[in-house]
Amino acid sequence: MDYRRLFIGCAGGAVLALAGSANAERGADGHVNIIYWQAASILNPFLSGGTKDIESSSMVIEPLARYDQDGNMVPWLVDEIPTVANGGVSEDLTTITWAITPGILWSDGTPFTAHDVVFTAEYCMHPEGGCQQSTSYSDVTSVEALDDLTVKVTFSTAKPFPYGPFVGAESPIIQKAQFQDCLGAKAPECTEQNFGPIGTGPFRVVEFRANDVISMEANPNYRDPSKPHFATLTFKGGGDAAAAARSVLETGEFDYAWNLQIDPAILSQMESAGKGTVIAAFGTAVERLMVNLTNPSPDLGDQRSTVKGGPHPFLTDPAVRRALSVAIDRNLLSEVGYGSAGKATCNVLPAPAIYASTANDECLVQDIDKANQILDEAGWARGSDGVRAKDGVRLSILYQTSTNAVRQDTQALVKQWWGEIGVETELKNIDASVFFGGDQSSPDTFQKFYADIEMYTNLFSGTDPETYMNNWTCDEIPSPDNNWLGNNMPRYCSSDYDALASELGGTADLAERARIAKAMNDLLMKDGAMIPLIHRGRVSSHSNALGGVILNTWDSELWNVADWHRQ
Amino acid sequence: MLNYTIRRLLFTIPVLLFISFIVFLLLDLAPNDPTGNLPLTIPPDVRERIRQSLGLGEPIHVRYFLWCVQFFVNEPLNILEQWTGLQFGSGDRLRVQSWATRSPVVDLIVERMPQTLWVVGMSYVVGIIIAIPIGVISAYRQYSWFDQAGTFVSMVGFSVPTFFTGVLMIVVFSVHLDWFPSIYDTTHRVTDWQSFWFQVRQMIMPVSVLALFNAAQISRFMRASMLDNLSQDYVRTARAKGVREPVVLLVHVLRNSLIPVVTVIALGIPQVFGGAIITEQVFKVNGLGQLLIIGIQGADIPLVQTLTFIFAVLIVFFNLIADLLYGILDPRIRYE
Repeated sequence: MDYRRLFIGCAGGAVLALAGSANAERGADGHVNIIYWQAASILNPFLSGGTKDIESSSMVIEPLARYDQDGNMVPWLVDEIPTVANGGVSEDLTTITWAITPGILWSDGTPFTAHDVVFTAEYCMHPEGGCQQSTSYSDVTSVEALDDLTVKVTFSTAKPFPYGPFVGAESPIIQKAQFQDCLGAKAPECTEQNFGPIGTGPFRVVEFRANDVISMEANPNYRDPSKPHFATLTFKGGGDAAAAARSVLETGEFDYAWNLQIDPAILSQMESAGKGTVIAAFGTAVERLMVNLTNPSPDLGDQRSTVKGGPHPFLTDPAVRRALSVAIDRNLLSEVGYGSAGKATCNVLPAPAIYASTANDECLVQDIDKANQILDEAGWARGSDGVRAKDGVRLSILYQTSTNAVRQDTQALVKQWWGEIGVETELKNIDASVFFGGDQSSPDTFQKFYADIEMYTNLFSGTDPETYMNNWTCDEIPSPDNNWLGNNMPRYCSSDYDALASELGGTADLAERARIAKAMNDLLMKDGAMIPLIHRGRVSSHSNALGGVILNTWDSELWNVADWHRQ
Repeated sequence: MLNYTIRRLLFTIPVLLFISFIVFLLLDLAPNDPTGNLPLTIPPDVRERIRQSLGLGEPIHVRYFLWCVQFFVNEPLNILEQWTGLQFGSGDRLRVQSWATRSPVVDLIVERMPQTLWVVGMSYVVGIIIAIPIGVISAYRQYSWFDQAGTFVSMVGFSVPTFFTGVLMIVVFSVHLDWFPSIYDTTHRVTDWQSFWFQVRQMIMPVSVLALFNAAQISRFMRASMLDNLSQDYVRTARAKGVREPVVLLVHVLRNSLIPVVTVIALGIPQVFGGAIITEQVFKVNGLGQLLIIGIQGADIPLVQTLTFIFAVLIVFFNLIADLLYGILDPRIRYE
């Protein structure tokens, strides 16, 4: 036994030595199996915003720069990140110039040039294309190739954070030669291209079966001759999160399983089988309660849940909102529903670290007595049925969310705590595709918010919070006038907040931006527009035989698949 | 008979058109949305543009008419072109496109057909092969221990849902015993004995789960039909003239009892094409059932519309076949 262990140790050492040297051969580690329980539908992220589609295509097509596991930008197809300091971003913040690394080839052997980058922008910015990533290109007026390896992007306004286009998994570069007949209205008809894009990434598509499985092989023209370590790859989709976890942790059929939001107790039991490891990382996702500051009463008809319909009968009272928040045991919610993938939080902007505020940490500890005291002092007295009321207004809440086992557990716990402070709660859950669907004719969308409290998770991609924090300016309030399009679900409107938002839009210095963003977060918390609950992480798992996995919540989870290897 | 068949076939045309319109209306009225499952990082105005690019801005009758043209004219022409190699018109026709994959729905269905037919079809065949002997013996030895056991097994097969039996089998045979794979490999090709053996191994669990369910249903029908016939006068006559018992049972009784069972089996065939939504999901077979459920979840209306309509066609068609089979098997029945 000891001899065997010694031998394995030596072999392991040899493998490590090999991995360390640049001479390790491409494809030497054979085959790797990845399972996403949501199957990939298309390999063109411009035509599908689904995470599964963005991440599966990220192994094939790549952006100019990516985010690493800490949220730092790393040059990917360029030599350095353009900044004001190195002259890549103009002093007035309206242009950014990218210099592409020479010698990069597409998987078909043709050179990767600035014209491909320009074409990608043209493709996504085409008004008839229905490009789902067009937010990346907001305010872009032109993208031009200065020469074969230099791209200049011009914005209509000063962009303190000019890294929207061509950065991150949502904004990869597609090949001009392949897609040039697929512009605009023709985009969806190019099935062959959309199912098998030619890319610069470590793998290329061999066979794509929509909503089922993708077979890939190592890209023979990949820029690093020793990578990827795997010769072939299977990307299977379908089933559910528990089955995906089982296939990695218990049966060992698969090497990597994505997004395992299942009961933490079941997950750790599966992990104890010893075949795989559960990994978690935290991004910007926060599960929060949105507080409706307008009146959702059905008596108001068309004015229901709109600013015109008037303020909410009791949620506009800061004491009520504070008491509701203090009564919640966030640590217990996190333990029950999220396990290692959740942390209690009191901020709606919990990450990256420079933006995280500590000013609101009162809510981290549950205090029912304090909550009761706050309500007593504000004059909300308990009636004969135990529910508090003031001036004929009862503290009775309709609390809605999407249908999801963890969310229903959370609802039940919160209802119980609110019951202890004399607040009556009625629970409602709505199918996710309806709740988030935005159908104008449905009364159950999260934009219409025909309830007092609603719960869901929101996040922002990349590391810059500006667009995200702008969600709560007055202009973003959903109403019938703007077809309920808007992100300001609480219908929060504050001139101080809007002033901070415009200040953020004109500031380039990172430390200063962090100060403003923090102030915006604190203002939202102080005014009680929402009650944050859990800072949610991403949980995935990999087999113990797979090395090199670094879970990244700022970019595609498969961002460093070229480095994955057998161990 | 021929007249009857033609009359029935003609009558199916308005029925199917009506069904397609109802399905279209139902899907249109359903309160979900193709952008509903997208990440919240995609802002509302972009969502609105996506909806427009999918053609959701058009009024409902225009969209229904478009679908009809695509499905009843463009798709058949396309199939004809592929079969004959001829080209009709410019060849540049708009086909029924799935919103999620942006590819022709018919191609997706064709891609899914093999695994569904193999797994679900095989389970149907296995189910029939198990069910008929069980039904015959159960009826012949009514209230014996075999009959009781058969009743118990069919009750279990009928009432325990496949998402329970399926997961139970995975836990026992994949996790603990490590005999069979828990995830079906749809890209697997059978080229030699070894790969054939792998195909058998990956099919055993889904097929047996579904076969149990099918066998439970059919064996009950078989038993009831056998019991009906066993007490008939012609059986007594056969026995009285000295026909041997196996002949009485397997020639006289079985043949007559099979008539209603064959009808039931024929009526069940559309289910095979419909796939087994839950079982396919449990074993990741990713056949037609899984395609349908993904389409429903993602509000992929053209995909769901086309699939449900094809199922409707199959159901109407196999109903007709069942009726005709009845006439062929039972000389007493004549359609004029």
